[in-house]
Amino acid sequence: MSFFTMCVLAAGIGMALGTLGTGIGQGLAVKSAVEGVSRNPGASGKILTTMMIGLAMIESLAIYALVVCLIILFANPYKDIALKLAETVAK
Amino acid sequence: MVHPLLFLEFFRNLLAPLHITGASADAIAYTWLIIVLLLVLSVLTTSALKSIPGSLQNFMEAIIGGIENMIVDTMGEHGRPFFPLIATLAIFVLVSNLIGLIPGFFPPTANINTTAACAIIVFLSTHVVGIKHHGLHYLKHFCGPIAWLAPVMFFIEVIGHLSRPVSLTLRLFGNMNGHELVLMIFFGLAPFLVPLPMMLMGVLVSFIQAFVFMLLAMIYIQGSLEEAH
Repeated sequence: MSFFTMCVLAAGIGMALGTLGTGIGQGLAVKSAVEGVSRNPGASGKILTTMMIGLAMIESLAIYALVVCLIILFANPYKDIALKLAETVAK
Repeated sequence: MVHPLLFLEFFRNLLAPLHITGASADAIAYTWLIIVLLLVLSVLTTSALKSIPGSLQNFMEAIIGGIENMIVDTMGEHGRPFFPLIATLAIFVLVSNLIGLIPGFFPPTANINTTAACAIIVFLSTHVVGIKHHGLHYLKHFCGPIAWLAPVMFFIEVIGHLSRPVSLTLRLFGNMNGHELVLMIFFGLAPFLVPLPMMLMGVLVSFIQAFVFMLLAMIYIQGSLEEAH
């Protein structure tokens, strides 16, 4: 497989794996928050704030995966080396 | 003449002697636009303050009062001196997130340089506040609870503190840039009505990310204010 095919594959699989765990984590966090609010509606403001911070922390993991995928796709540091190698192979 | 994608695209030519990329030039141009907008808005509001507020003053009072209440709720009364810093960051980030929803405008927060600047200001201000408040005792924050573990804890804490600006930067940048990219791809695939739900989600993401940025800035500053144990 060529270098760029591998890059696209890596970005897709990486993003999928990155969002898998994050989705499970955020689901658990929201589940607990909803349970807490339904048990004690008076504390909903504080629970909402805490949940937001937690969700932001969890979400940043998926964002890291997204940033790595964007680097792989659009700002790959090994692009020039791969192009040079492809040229020498073609000769 | 081809109609430009962004209104302020001519800034790319004006800023060309500085040798910055096109995307950064856009971010700088729109940052200046937002600075001018906010300056004009605040001057307009504060130049004619009345005891019975008009519509503009009422709106601004609601925003400022809401942020002040949130600061007092999260940090307590001793968080009041940091109101200007946190409110400025929050309003700037919120406006720059939301301006991306208007066609022809580019959100400056979708460029990593803008978000890094905001995050570095938060990072530096937490440590300046900590050193001002505690003096040399601020080092205790880095040493952990047990004395003989301090050399190990110090490095862990330093890494933890250094990861804060990185996560602040990447969270805001990733969210806004990802949103822009998704919109761009949807516009390329099906320009009619399909990107609309994504734009609706963009409103939500803009508010939540601005809120999270403000909240984390408050929590970091409060963390350096409290006593080490």
